[in-house]
Amino acid sequence: MVALSERMSLSTMQTIRRAPKTTFDPLFRWASVASALLVLLVLAGILGSMVYGGWPAFREFGFGFITSSVWSVGKGEFGAWVAIAGTLTSALIALVIGVPISIGIAIFLTQLCPPWLKRPVSTTVELLAAVPSIIYGMWGLFVFAPLFARYVQVPVSSLVEGMPILGTILYARVPSGVGLLTAGIILAIMIIPFIASITRDILDQIPTILRESAYGIGCTTWEVVRHVLLPQAGVSIIGAVMLGLGRALGETMAVTFVIGNANRLSLSLFDPSSTIASRIANEFNEASDLHFNALLALGCILFLVTFAVLVLARLLIARVRNR
Amino acid sequence: MNDISRNALPTQPLTWARVRPGRRIADRTLKVVCALFTALGAFVLGWILLMLLYEGGSALSLDVFTHVTPGPGTEGGGIANAIVGSFILTLLGIVVATPVGVLAGTYLAEYGKGSKLAEVIRFVNDILLAAPSILIGLFVYTLMVPPLGGYSGWAGGVALAIIAVPVIVRTTEDMLRLVPGSLREAGAALGAPMSTVIVHISWRAARAGMVTGILLATARIAGETAPLLFTALNNNFWFRPDLMGGVSNLPVMIYQFALAPYENWRSLAWAGALVITLSILALSVVARLLLKKDHAR
Repeated sequence: MVALSERMSLSTMQTIRRAPKTTFDPLFRWASVASALLVLLVLAGILGSMVYGGWPAFREFGFGFITSSVWSVGKGEFGAWVAIAGTLTSALIALVIGVPISIGIAIFLTQLCPPWLKRPVSTTVELLAAVPSIIYGMWGLFVFAPLFARYVQVPVSSLVEGMPILGTILYARVPSGVGLLTAGIILAIMIIPFIASITRDILDQIPTILRESAYGIGCTTWEVVRHVLLPQAGVSIIGAVMLGLGRALGETMAVTFVIGNANRLSLSLFDPSSTIASRIANEFNEASDLHFNALLALGCILFLVTFAVLVLARLLIARVRNR
Repeated sequence: MNDISRNALPTQPLTWARVRPGRRIADRTLKVVCALFTALGAFVLGWILLMLLYEGGSALSLDVFTHVTPGPGTEGGGIANAIVGSFILTLLGIVVATPVGVLAGTYLAEYGKGSKLAEVIRFVNDILLAAPSILIGLFVYTLMVPPLGGYSGWAGGVALAIIAVPVIVRTTEDMLRLVPGSLREAGAALGAPMSTVIVHISWRAARAGMVTGILLATARIAGETAPLLFTALNNNFWFRPDLMGGVSNLPVMIYQFALAPYENWRSLAWAGALVITLSILALSVVARLLLKKDHAR
């Protein structure tokens, strides 16, 4: 502190003596404004390149690009429905599994955890978020999928075979372990750290006095969580969930490993499918002409969907922060 | 709080006896379920790390670090080119991203504080922070790959930089906002221009936090695969000095080798997975320790 102020006064004294005409000051200002604008430009550039590159495909197939489930490179016909359905379904599965677990972890961290355990648990959650997605993919394909095929797909398939609705949704024609449900489970594990840490921050921001007064009138922990904390956090937890949804929709590598990359529409959660991101990852380097444009058009759809989800997420989280 | 309740009510069982069984069960269930979920998270992390140590550990040898990746059907080989390539791409990404991210974060926290433009940029930055990385790969492909005449390390570096910038912007802004305004006022009162105040006071006070942000951004991009698929690509040789024609790198190497039918490719993929995960976890632990140490001071 002393050294700092000494150096400060020295440098400013020099500035004063030399008359404070400096070119660095405006330069620095403009550099920082330009850098900030660059952030805007990148987002605009991403949208622009998707729309520009995907335009031929949208023009060729019109609205049918979204509704058609034919994706044939040989015939030159491209429809996005299988990939869109796969993206939405796998993300939805991830939310159904991941959200309760994330909120449970956040509640444990903020309400139940003994102080000495807080640091290790937080670190664990942070490290789960830091593991690269390709590692989740390898774990999913080589470790989780075989176990899942053996202990879940095979028994469940034989159990539900012939049943009216369950027999379709939960029947595996080839119990290989990969498929929509596996992708959804891996995605759930990947979004848990994000939702959990944001929810923890939200719960931490709720005034302690609310919690203490609830305990004071004799509420149990469950009642405090259910009737005080969750209603207080309410909308911003939905925001955190949307943020997780945004991640799940765009996740590429882990999904590419475990979803099976099939091209046909199937009603079973055990069957292989594909998502927008996994299809782009698989086919982009070999694509040319209309195939190339169709993949960029897929990217455009993914961009618009995740953009909408993320904007909504930010608005919901911000609403509570500002209150 | 514990002390008070203990004094008021003699023993724990008596407290519980006053609570209706239904409420008691709901409460117990919540506690057990939350603890189980947390244990599940720790269990999965442990499982993944053990898997990596087991599979990757048995694949490690000196050759892995000294030989280049083998071609299809070739015996042996290592991942030296992929390790060095990954290092170069990550370095390139962070070198490009750091000035842009720090300056943009500085704008948000110092110059643009409270302005409409800063609000928009903050919002867009938050969106970019969570944007699908494969789309960034597509964007950089259309921006750089055909114009430069092919895949290149430069395109890979820029793609990684675009992922790193939002992380750096966010942490820089957050850390600068923690610097008390009175420090800035003291500098301004001495007649220092705004840039001097920022560089010599704000940045210096927030230094540890900003470095943490840069390290976390490095950890984030070191393992990114999707944006490199169409930009830096991957191959089985050492990269050219001008970085054109593709640069081999760990993530894409792992992706291609793990799904390949050759036994030695698979085990190299595991070795690569172990190397990259341990580096990233170490980096993020160091980054957090740095911040904690600074806060403790």
